[in-house]
Amino acid sequence: MTAVKNKDFLKLEGKRFFSLDKLMTVLCYAALITVVILPVVMIFYYAFWDGSKIDIDMFVKVLTQQGNLKAIKNTVIIAFFTTAIATVVGVFFAWLLGRSDIPLKGLMKFLFSIPFMIPPFLAAMSWDMMFSGRGGYVNRLLMSVFHLSSAPFNINSVAGIIVIEVVYYFPFVYMQVVSALERMDPTLEESARIAGAGQLYVIRKITIPLTIPAISSGMLLILITSLSNYGIPAMLGFSQNIFTLPTMIVELMNRAGGSFEGIREAAAMSIILVVVVAIALWGQRKLTSRGSYDIIKGKSMRPMLIKLRGAKYPLLVFSLIFLLVVVVAPIVMILLISFVKAYGLPFESQNMTLANYRRIFVGNIMVSDSVKNSLFLAFSAGLICLVLGTMLAYVVNKIKPKGGTVLEMMAVLPYSLPGTVMAIGCMLAWSGAFFGITLYNTIWIILVAYIARYLSYVLKSSSAALQQVHYSLEEAARSCGASHMETLKDVTLPLIKPAMISGFFLVFLPCMRELTTSILLYGPNSRTLGVAIYQLRINGYITQAAALSVVTITLIIICNNLVKFVIGDRRRK
Amino acid sequence: MKQIVLEHVTKSFTTKALGTVVAVDDFNLEIEKGECFSFLGPSGCGKTTTLRMIAGFEDLTKGSIYLGDKLVSDRDKNIYVPPEKRDLGMVFQAFAVWPHLNVFDNVAFPLKVKKLPKREIVEKVTQALKYCNLSGLEKEYPSNLSGGQQQRIALARSIVVNPDVLLLDEPLSNLDPHLRESMRFEIKRLQKQFGFTIIFVTHDQAEAMALSDRILVMDMGRIQQIGTPQELYRHPVNRFVHSFLGQSNFTNVIIKEGRVYPTGDENNAIYEDSLLPDSKAKVMATRPNSIELSKESGFPSTIVKRTFKTDFAEYLVKAGDETLLVQTPHRNIFNSGDRCFLRINNPAWYEPEDQKEKGERERRNTM
Repeated sequence: MTAVKNKDFLKLEGKRFFSLDKLMTVLCYAALITVVILPVVMIFYYAFWDGSKIDIDMFVKVLTQQGNLKAIKNTVIIAFFTTAIATVVGVFFAWLLGRSDIPLKGLMKFLFSIPFMIPPFLAAMSWDMMFSGRGGYVNRLLMSVFHLSSAPFNINSVAGIIVIEVVYYFPFVYMQVVSALERMDPTLEESARIAGAGQLYVIRKITIPLTIPAISSGMLLILITSLSNYGIPAMLGFSQNIFTLPTMIVELMNRAGGSFEGIREAAAMSIILVVVVAIALWGQRKLTSRGSYDIIKGKSMRPMLIKLRGAKYPLLVFSLIFLLVVVVAPIVMILLISFVKAYGLPFESQNMTLANYRRIFVGNIMVSDSVKNSLFLAFSAGLICLVLGTMLAYVVNKIKPKGGTVLEMMAVLPYSLPGTVMAIGCMLAWSGAFFGITLYNTIWIILVAYIARYLSYVLKSSSAALQQVHYSLEEAARSCGASHMETLKDVTLPLIKPAMISGFFLVFLPCMRELTTSILLYGPNSRTLGVAIYQLRINGYITQAAALSVVTITLIIICNNLVKFVIGDRRRK
Repeated sequence: MKQIVLEHVTKSFTTKALGTVVAVDDFNLEIEKGECFSFLGPSGCGKTTTLRMIAGFEDLTKGSIYLGDKLVSDRDKNIYVPPEKRDLGMVFQAFAVWPHLNVFDNVAFPLKVKKLPKREIVEKVTQALKYCNLSGLEKEYPSNLSGGQQQRIALARSIVVNPDVLLLDEPLSNLDPHLRESMRFEIKRLQKQFGFTIIFVTHDQAEAMALSDRILVMDMGRIQQIGTPQELYRHPVNRFVHSFLGQSNFTNVIIKEGRVYPTGDENNAIYEDSLLPDSKAKVMATRPNSIELSKESGFPSTIVKRTFKTDFAEYLVKAGDETLLVQTPHRNIFNSGDRCFLRINNPAWYEPEDQKEKGERERRNTM
């Protein structure tokens, strides 16, 4: 009897080189090397290669310039204070909502979720309208009410940048800690009370130490975001010549105008920014080297709410005012400005108009293009990341090829790389450096940069879902006679479909409001919403910038609710 | 001397889904010093809520609680002493051992709060760890230890300050059966040594029976019966207590002229007692091990099923529409289908459960 060898036997015996698994692995490597590794390599190449030999003179040059040193100092100061203050604020509110008997928790939880929806640079723009020197609306109001001779607040300063970053980044810590508190076994705290410890002692010795892992992961997010943020320091700092590393890099790129030396300078600065981020990551890991604790145990019980007694209503009023100022005021301000005839006019009925909206929609090709571009970019990036990210997740979690961890590391690398750096890398890589492919000045280079930046979001969400799909489920399908391909199509993918959908939106939403990468990569016909708003603002069309911001925020809120609807629908099933 | 006194203690919750639910309904209770007292009941009966009110984690809706001679909770006088000022020891179901502290620091925590001098802390912790068989593990972190060891840390932590009262909230239910038995023994030993009063919350009747001097059986927020383990087993006051302690047969019967007939067969009586009043619907409660089977004399019935257990044989016996579970020694062997004779000893008599009570129980179980 002749042995009937089926394809899989051949594969087991190593006689067959082509298989679906191998194909996917190779594809993933190819995609990641193209999208992630080439740009990173190009930055190093430009920073260390002067055309003929390796040299580090560029770093010496960059680091001896006063302006650059100032930018490094500003970046570090802003990141440090933002992280420290935002962490305290985040932990405080998390505790207030998670453990105290403060009323109106539902409303406050809702308000806390809003800062996530407003792009930080729009918020910064709005704050600028309120508190910039003598021109800000609120400053003018305060000056006339209290008869001050100078503006009481100056948002265009390092301190101003820190305040705005704190306000928009504290939810990172807040979210992490609130969820940790909700999952934490309340008896851990109760047993300390029984042991004779008062409320404050319990918070200090038990609650906070146990939430350290949550606090530190939120802190890390704040730290990276602050170090690499472009929008807020650009909006608030440019007018006073306050630069941070990301804004300095963009400035250098603009000044270079395509010259080799100028690009090398920007590349060197980018490497310095990466080093600063790396040091911050390392330091943070060093500080919280202890492993995470298992604090989710026991029967689910309502934690005992701590009575605030006399402090209850003062704290409530304080929290509500804080949230109103932080969340509602900027939106109202942008909305008002978008209806005013000219920036600076008081908000009176004869000064109100719809002309700003008419101007941005009719006859302004830059704006109508930007809406189209952003929708196209967000949708395509979402879709491509969805396919590539899920494939990657499958390869890393199920196929587990040799070097699988390398694959994963390559994919998450852009997550901790500042967007500015990633953008410069893309620019260097796709301006004819490889195979003569020139994407610069087209919409495609932005797409490539978005994919590189946000791929890890889908990877994470699909990986988490795939880890829940036990091998036996796939093996059961194979034993029923399904081929590998059919198993994937009919069993594995349908099981992780919800995670894939939410992965898509995890990419779509940030792309809609992206500024950091697009500001470096846009061309005459490829402006995004972020770029359009930024340019309107910088060129003095403040009211139109406000109108376009309102449109953007509306779009984001609609998409966000669509996500909730889709995901909520799934949960109900 | 009274150690714990509860007077008219009531607790009600209001939730959106269920409206107002009375979790604990007008409790009056006195626990003596040095007593080991159990709260026994199914989940949702209010036993943990009562314990948490004694500990100070829940406020009362009505009533007052005394610890020793100190009033610690009183709604009318607006007195509420927070848990940390009640000088209690407590062990929780999920151990609640702090994962960020090592064994020594976990046990030393109550002493550090009290700001005792360092030498005294070391001395007391070492002593407590010795009593709980944890010596040598001082530097270990809880995540490296087994469930039994973690629970012993919790125990050591609760006795290190030598409290008058020890509250145990289902402390053994997260342990495997073998460990459970040895912990039970250890708790008992520690109590003998230190003489503290124990309140022990459990849904496991065997555990309650083995540990307690007295047991309080509760159901649906109300005290059903308080008594020693023997009293509860021998003389349960109602059907619930009967069913909760040990195995029970509840047989629907009709009583005519002192003769007891199972429903569906009014010709063959299964029990006789001339003092019984006539009734159209009554429930006869019996223990499977207090019914005797014989081939010769008694009330006739039929064997439906036989199961061999290691220490006894178990039979399902049919009488009228009713079936009874009977456990007998391996002396007389019956086969299914055999005719046999029953002799029932010490039955208890209850009214049939009404629909309202049944509905209330189901409502609570959804909580």
